[in-house]
Amino acid sequence: MTEEIIIAGFGGQGVLSMGKILAYSGIMQDQEVSWMPSYGPEMRGGTANVTVIISDERISSPVLQRFDTGIILNQQSLDKFEERIKPGGTLLYDPNGITRPPVRKDINIYRIEGARLAAENGNPKIFNMIIMGGFLKVKPIVKVENVEKGLQKSLPERHHKLIPMNIEAIRIGMEHVETENRL
Amino acid sequence: MKGNEVIAEAAIRCGCDGYFGYPITPQSEVMETLMLRKPWEETGMVVLQAESEVAAINMVYGAATCGKKVMTSSSSPGVSLKQEGITYLAGAELPCLVVDVVRGGPGLGTIQPAQSDYFQATKGGGHGDYHLIVLAPASVQEMNDFVDLGFELAFKYRNPAMILSDGVIGQMMEKVELSPFKPRWTDEEIEKISGSWALRGKKNREHHIVTSLELDPYGQEKFNRKLQAKYREIEAKEVRYEEIACEDADYLLIAYGSSARICQKTVDLAREQGIKVGIFRPITLYPFPMEALAKWAGRVKGMLSVEMSAGQMVYDVRLAVNGKVKVEHYGRLGGVIHAPEEVLEGFKSAFGL
Amino acid sequence: MSNIQDITKPEHLVYRKTPLLTDNVMHYCPGCTHGVIHKLVGEVIEELDIQDKTIGVSPVGCSVLAYNYLDIDWAQAAHGRAPAVATGISRLHPEKYVFTYQGDGDLASIGCAEIMHACSRGENIVVIFINNAIYGMTGGQMAPTTLLGQVTATTPYGRDPKLNGFPMKITELLAQLDGTCYVTRQSADTPGAVRKAKNAIKKAFQNTRLQKGTSFIEIVGTCNSGWKMTPVDSNTWMRENMFPKYPLGDIKDI
Repeated sequence: MTEEIIIAGFGGQGVLSMGKILAYSGIMQDQEVSWMPSYGPEMRGGTANVTVIISDERISSPVLQRFDTGIILNQQSLDKFEERIKPGGTLLYDPNGITRPPVRKDINIYRIEGARLAAENGNPKIFNMIIMGGFLKVKPIVKVENVEKGLQKSLPERHHKLIPMNIEAIRIGMEHVETENRL
Repeated sequence: MKGNEVIAEAAIRCGCDGYFGYPITPQSEVMETLMLRKPWEETGMVVLQAESEVAAINMVYGAATCGKKVMTSSSSPGVSLKQEGITYLAGAELPCLVVDVVRGGPGLGTIQPAQSDYFQATKGGGHGDYHLIVLAPASVQEMNDFVDLGFELAFKYRNPAMILSDGVIGQMMEKVELSPFKPRWTDEEIEKISGSWALRGKKNREHHIVTSLELDPYGQEKFNRKLQAKYREIEAKEVRYEEIACEDADYLLIAYGSSARICQKTVDLAREQGIKVGIFRPITLYPFPMEALAKWAGRVKGMLSVEMSAGQMVYDVRLAVNGKVKVEHYGRLGGVIHAPEEVLEGFKSAFGL
Repeated sequence: MSNIQDITKPEHLVYRKTPLLTDNVMHYCPGCTHGVIHKLVGEVIEELDIQDKTIGVSPVGCSVLAYNYLDIDWAQAAHGRAPAVATGISRLHPEKYVFTYQGDGDLASIGCAEIMHACSRGENIVVIFINNAIYGMTGGQMAPTTLLGQVTATTPYGRDPKLNGFPMKITELLAQLDGTCYVTRQSADTPGAVRKAKNAIKKAFQNTRLQKGTSFIEIVGTCNSGWKMTPVDSNTWMRENMFPKYPLGDIKDI
């Protein structure tokens, strides 16, 4: 199994940290992982993206042109990455702020209202974990218990009290992901 | 861990005595990680943020005169500033480790990954006839491994060593097995290893002078011949490279560092299309694996040097095969990372496939 | 009555060269201040009995070869970088006495950043700064400390502030920095001045022992070759022109 994922959105949405948690979760179940961020001025308020690869085998290129899955959190990223998802692949997006929804018919498309759900729960910080939940519902490549272990490993001790809240956010995401196009 | 963070951790673990640096993207995590880790409390390692790249490398020069393991890290524009200190280090035959996490140039350029400082790293970089021992990691694991190896080679040959990385390997995270802790050298060990030249205070011996100055040109020529003899020895003994899927290959991609990783995927894509491609990965860029590469000259139909540059290593590849096989170059420039698919297209068009 | 054997008895010895000075023939011009200062540094190291704990850093400039004249361990630094080199040594050898020996071009021009920040960090080092208002080694060009109107190879019509800017009182600048513990300006043109300069150098090395921070000693000196004067005229010119701009005495002593 090899899963090549692009996560893209605005800086500040938790794109890079979501990728990091995903990568740590892969490590927790003894898989090979790589996490390759875009970095630079675009991180500060502009677009941010990260390529995460989780595989049973040694990972070759950490940099990719085409992806199995795109997790897309703003319009610019949708414009850039929709066409770069492999035929038969998966696109998960948050419709918040999207004016030109995805059009491809040869990929699975899922929608999750992460921004709205986070706001309804009164905590914008759990936004990225809601998205993560949506992703794990449609592509259960890592087990939630391993996400929890990954959080324990990647977060400093003083933030461990936030882990249950993040796991709860994943559950919310899993419950609210909607299918838009299914092959 | 990120490649840059691993550099810091590996430095602490290999018994490094001092780090002197100046912030520059995309490698600032090295010093940030060290400051967070506070190794001065754990191992006694000194970590200091200098006022400039120039000061940082000269602090390394001073600290290296003590016979201790000292290092700095920077990225392209910063490494250009460091060249003065680096040629003095080479000229005074001081061991040290310089990490260069390359970004796009020339000038201030971009902060994204590039491999356009190959010439600077492997051909000297500053003034005078000298070389650095240049190691090119292609994984976060090698970022860890090459810190210790870099120091080992630097002290073995009393010559600065460089880890030539780039923004991909520096910024990416992947699994890494950190080296076990080694204590810093004791005074007795330093005396044994570097006692014949290090500045430790004159007592019961001639005074030691660390200098690169020689007023007599014949004396300087003699010193240069000694340096050159050292480089010939390094070229004979320290070449490192990796061959991937080469046995049945009709074509070779020659790539180091992050490009070598990207090319692994290109090889998979090419072989899916029935084109037999392999990778020859130089691990030491100086000494460059001339002979090992030359052996493939009669066995493949073509070689493509894949570098995120306008073509720098390609000159060494051509020197190595000496006209016996067609050698072309492919690479994106200025901080753009070539994707595996792009490399495949570039490869096919270079050889008319 | 007295013969050579009587005269050279040890008990009659009134002066000897400190063994810290090597027997190498100095390359300095006759009349140059460097030789005197080298001797003073050697005497202080001898008197404090710290030869085995002292590491010198020589600059680029006339005193680049200082390492041939003082019998201690030395590092030769790139132009202006001696304070950074000394920082590296001192940080890794905190128990050692580390000093730099620099001229005005090295310290106040190309090495301005390094000296500022070494002093600002309060590196536990001694800096000996020889100010003779000219670049000696390269053939008498303008230095940052060259006086207004002073003729040099690159100010052949005299230093003009519109063209060349003003002379720099780097020592006063450095005294403003919190990291310096002792900042003084001395000369070596009379026996009394030499004694004072030696005391200043000694105090600076004692400050290192006490881990007090950076001690900075400027010595206003002559460059009769660069100034194109006899040694005696150089001393007169220095007193009449340099001392008013660069007044002698302690500027800071904590």
